[in-house]
Amino acid sequence: MSKFKKKGDGGTPAISTASLPDIVFMLLFFFMVVTVMRDSSLKVQNILPFADQVEKLDKKNLIMYIYAGKPSPRYQETYGTEARIQLNDKYAKISDIQQFIKEERQSKREELRDKLTTALKVDKATNMGLVSDIKQELRKAEALKINYTTKEGDAMLNLE
Amino acid sequence: MAKRSAPEVNAGSMADIAFLLLIFFLVTTTIETDSGITRKLPPIDDEQEDPPPLKEKNIFIVLVNANGDLLVEDEPMEFQNLREAAVTFLDNGGGTGDEACNYCQGPGLSDSSDNPVKAVISLQNDRRTEYGTYIAVQNELVAAYNQLRNREANRLYGVDFTEMEAVYNDPNYQGDKEELKERIKKIQELFPQKLSEAEPKR
Repeated sequence: MSKFKKKGDGGTPAISTASLPDIVFMLLFFFMVVTVMRDSSLKVQNILPFADQVEKLDKKNLIMYIYAGKPSPRYQETYGTEARIQLNDKYAKISDIQQFIKEERQSKREELRDKLTTALKVDKATNMGLVSDIKQELRKAEALKINYTTKEGDAMLNLE
Repeated sequence: MAKRSAPEVNAGSMADIAFLLLIFFLVTTTIETDSGITRKLPPIDDEQEDPPPLKEKNIFIVLVNANGDLLVEDEPMEFQNLREAAVTFLDNGGGTGDEACNYCQGPGLSDSSDNPVKAVISLQNDRRTEYGTYIAVQNELVAAYNQLRNREANRLYGVDFTEMEAVYNDPNYQGDKEELKERIKKIQELFPQKLSEAEPKR
């Protein structure tokens, strides 16, 4: 007639895993929201240079991307190793840039058009000749706000 | 007939399915690196006006050749020294009378710039210069300007210029934007970024 009964049979009770799906779903939703799907697959090598005097670019929908660099290894057989420009999903010529800028402008609301920035994602081994040609085309298209997209790091790393 | 209750769905594998999806999104996520050096290109002028005459000593010429070597003011230079050289040039303050610079802390040499407002950095590169080298030079020159602007912003307002800019660009900032804009403009007037890029040589 003791008041204090022995609890259970002495073994440790199993930990309830009923809330595990909830936790996992929470993580899942976080990553689903954070994920930005690449809208264009890269066809050029794109190792960005380093710089430490950088400004952040927010408002992702107001950025036009121009990629440049050598074709990726799997395209090198067809296109050679000469550095190329990529607009959207395909290789482009220098002369296509003006048309590209025009189309991008058309697709944005009118009051936002002069806030567009061009982000140049250029491989660090590219020659400046190509970059200057791109810049010249951008001047002709009056897209004067540009951003050299870089990774954050010491600029001296570029020289190695 | 016996009353049948609806059988309970076994939810034990829900965690597995969720894990599968989670791993998929983990793998595909790329945290985008969208930051860089922002520049403004000069517009194309149809009529070629004669540029205002610049004194030789107010121009700081940086040449980069195809091998990535630097030639600054006709002297070869190491990359590590470029920032310091640019700062010394901009901050020289050798002007007298109207052109005197009352906030400069440089040595005031007569063969270097008169005033940061007049000083121009001219950058010229070869068509075969590597882009990485070019970015390194740009970075060092922007760093030189930022260093001087930070100094002045600290003297006048007690904060870094780069921080003021970051706060200004933050869309969630609640404070007085107009005042901040005024201050940023003031500092930019003290040290205007005059970086001219020549067409690359063939």
